[in-house]
Amino acid sequence: MKLAISHQTEYRYDPPLRNIVQSLRLTPSVFEGQKLQDWKIEVSGGLRGPGFRDGAGDWISGWTVRGPAEQIVVSVTGRVDTRDTAGVLRGHREMIHPLAYLRDTKATRPAEALRELAGSVGAGTDRLDLAHRLSAAVSDRIAYRPGVTEAATTAAEALEQGEGVCQDHAHVLIALARLHELPARYVSGYLHSTSDGTAHDAAHAWAEIHVEGLGWVGFDAANACCPDERYVRLGSGLDAPDAAPIRGIALGQGAERLSVAVQVEDVEALQRQSQSQTQS
Amino acid sequence: MSYYNEMFEGTRVRDPYARLNEWVETMPADFRQMKQAEAEALFRRIGITFAVYGEGGDPDRLIPFDMMPRVFEQAEWRKLERGIKQRARALNAFLRDVYGRAEIVRAGRIPARLVYQNEAYEKAVVGVVPPRGVYSHIIGIDLVRTGKDEFYVLEDNCRTPSGVSYMLENREIMMRMFPQLFRNNRIEPVDQYPELLRRTLESVAPQKCTDRPTCVILTPGHFNSAYYEHSFLANLMGVELVEGQDLFVDGEFVYMRTTQGPKRVDVIYRRIDDPYLDPLCFRPDSMLGIPGLMDIYRSGGVSICSAPGAGVADDKAIYTFVPEMVRFYLGEQPILNNVQTWTLWKDDDYKHVMANLGDLVVKEVHGSGGYGMLVGPKSTKDEIEAFRKKIEADPSNYIAQPTLALSTCPTFVEEGIAPRHVDLRPYCLCGDRIELVPGGLTRVALREGSLVVNSSQGGGVKDTWVLSE
Repeated sequence: MKLAISHQTEYRYDPPLRNIVQSLRLTPSVFEGQKLQDWKIEVSGGLRGPGFRDGAGDWISGWTVRGPAEQIVVSVTGRVDTRDTAGVLRGHREMIHPLAYLRDTKATRPAEALRELAGSVGAGTDRLDLAHRLSAAVSDRIAYRPGVTEAATTAAEALEQGEGVCQDHAHVLIALARLHELPARYVSGYLHSTSDGTAHDAAHAWAEIHVEGLGWVGFDAANACCPDERYVRLGSGLDAPDAAPIRGIALGQGAERLSVAVQVEDVEALQRQSQSQTQS
Repeated sequence: MSYYNEMFEGTRVRDPYARLNEWVETMPADFRQMKQAEAEALFRRIGITFAVYGEGGDPDRLIPFDMMPRVFEQAEWRKLERGIKQRARALNAFLRDVYGRAEIVRAGRIPARLVYQNEAYEKAVVGVVPPRGVYSHIIGIDLVRTGKDEFYVLEDNCRTPSGVSYMLENREIMMRMFPQLFRNNRIEPVDQYPELLRRTLESVAPQKCTDRPTCVILTPGHFNSAYYEHSFLANLMGVELVEGQDLFVDGEFVYMRTTQGPKRVDVIYRRIDDPYLDPLCFRPDSMLGIPGLMDIYRSGGVSICSAPGAGVADDKAIYTFVPEMVRFYLGEQPILNNVQTWTLWKDDDYKHVMANLGDLVVKEVHGSGGYGMLVGPKSTKDEIEAFRKKIEADPSNYIAQPTLALSTCPTFVEEGIAPRHVDLRPYCLCGDRIELVPGGLTRVALREGSLVVNSSQGGGVKDTWVLSE
């Protein structure tokens, strides 16, 4: 697919704040499933800081805003060509050893219920098959329902509630995989549309599990599938905070209001549409 | 157990101590008390104190200073120096490797899990090569002696080893109180340390720095137990002592707030731990760090000493592999020995240790400061059994070593002079060169028979002499 993405994040500060520093992981990964056509990041009133590729293969760009600012907008626009690699992250350059993704974080710490669920899936020597079964178990146990969990909800809490959003599905799957000694990580990105064709106008997240011999494989338990050409991968981390597309902080204290708008469009479908409109 | 006495061989005084012995023997009875009081007053005046964790009482307690120096002959020191520098080179080679291609893991010489699942292994700096490939710029290597030519490395400190201010102050005070001693003995100086440290830091400035590098010391603040040392070193090096709030990131660099406006900072000698360095990269609740610092570091805009992630080299589990590192990276035989170490996550080791708890020293893998350890031969049955339960609950958290016959040095005590156990921490500097001032911090276990020299456990300090040829 040829996807056009526009992603605006607006922060409003009251009172206005100074020395805003941001570390952005907002550039699509480079691998066989993704090709970057053009990509632009801007932070309103901001000074461009360092840009570099880190050990995980993510492109990081730093920005600072001296302020005082009552509002900043992080805007991302660009085009990515994607293709289906059956979830396998093939041709991705990274240096971090998979074993570094076995450690727990606050969000993925195993509780009794997580251990039970991990155990119920059984072991098995086929690690890829095990990863699929774990993902299916998560899809099964956690219903997709926005608004019932929040950013700080842990895997254990989400499992107890039995419902949540993509972040919760990913955290639970990561926790289960690590319990089976499978390195697992959190991936943030975009999704064009769910498998039934419904447009997905929000940021998305899923999990990747490392399978010996195959490498990193994506699993989207929230949608019960593996990422394909509808997915755009930005970057990864041990959990949601570690993989956050935007990490920022400002000097001083005040109320912060956040609004986000994401659009992921299929360029060719749009062209077909406009053609058919001119023809009619 | 018999112990190597560094001053006496039977009743004979060993050569390096000959002049000191005369000094002690001709010392008038009340002179010692007078001088001891004087030393204490001096320490109090300059404000050198050490907060003792968990013991309550005066947080500004003085660390006890023993006026009897510890002496090394030139030849003894030369060998130690070679061994320490060798170890420092190997440790930095290891860090360069495990954050790069990890050849040592690929070669199967060290288990992958021990490296990558180590808490101190920092994935955020994988692939980052700091200037000159140096990760640990100040390495404190704790040594003990068990015989004339027998030295063992107890542990390596690759993050931010403290105590060097005591090395400098002890010398300063001895010279002030006993100038005669320094005229009668030819003692190698140590006071060039701050200058060497500054040179070392400047030598690892980032490539983007084109002027004379601006170095700062980053402290967590005055409530930190080593704050005195931070300000002391800043003062002697002629660099600014800053807290996180004094620094900020703007564009591609880090700046310091000054009365003349922002000043770019090139090298940060940080005395705060990795998790607190940058709330955007590590603990988001840290108020001690500088937001955005890690991005600047990772893109080569600033140097951080020691480099984030350096702690993976000084872990007690990694320790057992340091001799292997010397062979693997340097192709040399280790000059300094490791203490035999049993790792309790291995079944055989576990069985051996549990059957011999009364003879061994058991330590927590991530412990420091002499806390959470068992000295078998010095513990009661109850203490041993209580510790056994702790080990059973989490074996992988412990290592065990034989109880070493730590050497003794004569030390002033109530009744006169008596042998007390000592260790040694020299401070090795790694930049464009590897340097070591002749000396270090000698810690002494002041309690009779005690083998624990940590200042938090009633240890004191001594001036450490290396005699010139």
